[in-house]
Amino acid sequence: MSAAAVGPRAGFGRAVAWVLLLAGGLAMILPLVFMFSTSLKDASEVYDLRLLPAHPTLDNYVTVLSDGRFLRWFANSMGVAVVVTLSNVFFDSLVGYTLAKFEFRGRYIVFLAILSTLMIPTEMLVIPWYVMARNFGWLDTYWGIMFPGMMTAFGTFLMKQFFETVPNDFLEAARVDGLNEFAIFWRIALPLVTPALSALAIFTFLSNWTAFIWPLIVTTSKELYTLPVGLSSFAVEQQIQWELIMTGAALATLPTLLVFLVLQRYIVRGVVLAGLKG
Amino acid sequence: MAGIAIQDLVKRYGATQVVHGIDLTVQDGEFVVFVGPSGCGKSTTLRMIAGLEDIDGGEIRIGDRVVNRLEPKDRNIAMVFQNYAIYPHMSVGENIAFGLYTSKLDKVAKRAKVEEVGRILGLDALLERRPSALSGGQRQRVAIGRAMVRDPAAFLFDEPLSNLDAQLRAQMRLEIKRLHQRLGATIVYVTHDQVEAMTMADRIVVMRDGRILQVGSPMDLYENPADVFTARFIGSPTMNILPAGVSGGALTLGERPVRLALAEPAPPRILVGVRPQELRVLGEGEQADLALAGIVAVVEPLGPETFVHVEIGDQLVLASAAAKNPPRVGGAVRIGADVAALKFFDAATERAL
Repeated sequence: MSAAAVGPRAGFGRAVAWVLLLAGGLAMILPLVFMFSTSLKDASEVYDLRLLPAHPTLDNYVTVLSDGRFLRWFANSMGVAVVVTLSNVFFDSLVGYTLAKFEFRGRYIVFLAILSTLMIPTEMLVIPWYVMARNFGWLDTYWGIMFPGMMTAFGTFLMKQFFETVPNDFLEAARVDGLNEFAIFWRIALPLVTPALSALAIFTFLSNWTAFIWPLIVTTSKELYTLPVGLSSFAVEQQIQWELIMTGAALATLPTLLVFLVLQRYIVRGVVLAGLKG
Repeated sequence: MAGIAIQDLVKRYGATQVVHGIDLTVQDGEFVVFVGPSGCGKSTTLRMIAGLEDIDGGEIRIGDRVVNRLEPKDRNIAMVFQNYAIYPHMSVGENIAFGLYTSKLDKVAKRAKVEEVGRILGLDALLERRPSALSGGQRQRVAIGRAMVRDPAAFLFDEPLSNLDAQLRAQMRLEIKRLHQRLGATIVYVTHDQVEAMTMADRIVVMRDGRILQVGSPMDLYENPADVFTARFIGSPTMNILPAGVSGGALTLGERPVRLALAEPAPPRILVGVRPQELRVLGEGEQADLALAGIVAVVEPLGPETFVHVEIGDQLVLASAAAKNPPRVGGAVRIGADVAALKFFDAATERAL
């Protein structure tokens, strides 16, 4: 803040900003706090809406973790999210790179076609996906859960924009040095866009980790459920066991936190192309 | 090492032709500098030699091979780019070793070559560093190292010093020139800086609008420019160009007629070129073949000499004066040059007479 922005008016503005930020922060963090708090309550205490449990217990965690289904769903979600993330990181960047760095007839039309799919919401695509999965025999398989997300228009668009910031000199130097086109992409261009790759990996992982509608529709066997689908089935079968659902949800946030902690420095660091003129 | 021969080289972008059928032979081991203003086609020509641009006509030979359709990697050339293009995610050593990407050498031999190149360029202590920890000059040296390590048939430099500050540029000029003397390499070097061209080249190629205007040694171009453009482009400060009339075989410019000794009869309107170093401020009563009178507008002391901008009519003319006792701003002054120092150009075609 500049030196000129002090005085009663600026002070009032700051106070308003702080209050708004605090309210926004609370609105986002309270449900999480409540989730963790509920996971530490026993069944009798669940409807007692206190923030701190009267008799904190880890019994719910023991119950959930010793239930083989939960671990299975956790592994399913992890497997699906990891495979889809790796696929997106590879294919989205490959297509983005091609669109950004190669001149070919119809390039703009291809790009527009990819972009236009961004405007179609998942809910509209679910039925065509289902028909496709049924015709190919992919219903109730892991591939059935994963195939719609293996490449995304958003990821392609993001990577294209980042590759456009990579100076052509790098690629041409590599071309003169004797790399083939794939090696130029893999060894030179890709390492230069790691911040974008990290962002794409985080977005893709999170959206697949929390995906609900499509896995719910495409799977029928319980062994193939992903974690969100599995947790929701807790609520349907028996009476709703909120403390167990909250425990499962609390455990489900852990990979998310982990992914963000590992990758955030690449994102925060921003694009630094140190090989260019200083 | 090998020479390069270009014949009738043409480049078009859509309907626009940017290189108009140029011919040039670069001898084995020669240092040739392409110089010209932006958009003159010099970089495009270099990139066509490298294989980074397709050609639309003509022929390029490197050594005894026609390389028109060869990929850059198959031309056995090395290129140094304006932005250095050293890879930020690799160490200095890895960057230099990248020049050996297609080489069949084993790891030990590659390492030895990288270390040797590092020693030659004074980078041996920096091989493990990342490019972000290097200065601009060091980065440019890494780029040169990556080119050197391959023993290419020819080196291509695309404005490699334009991102450096003046002092570093002078130092790197010297280093590249010494490197050339040491390696005896064929070098094609593109720049818009005539000082780089003058100081480094065996031969300079002056380009404009996709055509070669003149090819020659630096002193040849300095002494005998083929046209007004080259005359003004080569040499610093820029040559003065003064319009003049011709009457009865003599120049009507200045205090008295200057007799012209030209092979052909001069056209009625000509341009007279005279370098500021040759156009001196005259002392009281001092005579010169060409003498002009004017008012001092600006005085620029440079140490060993002083440049004086003199207003003559509506034209500003640059002359030189002794470092001591330069003329005062606003005062009347006479400037003059020997007839031998004058260059004459046809005012209509701007070609030398």
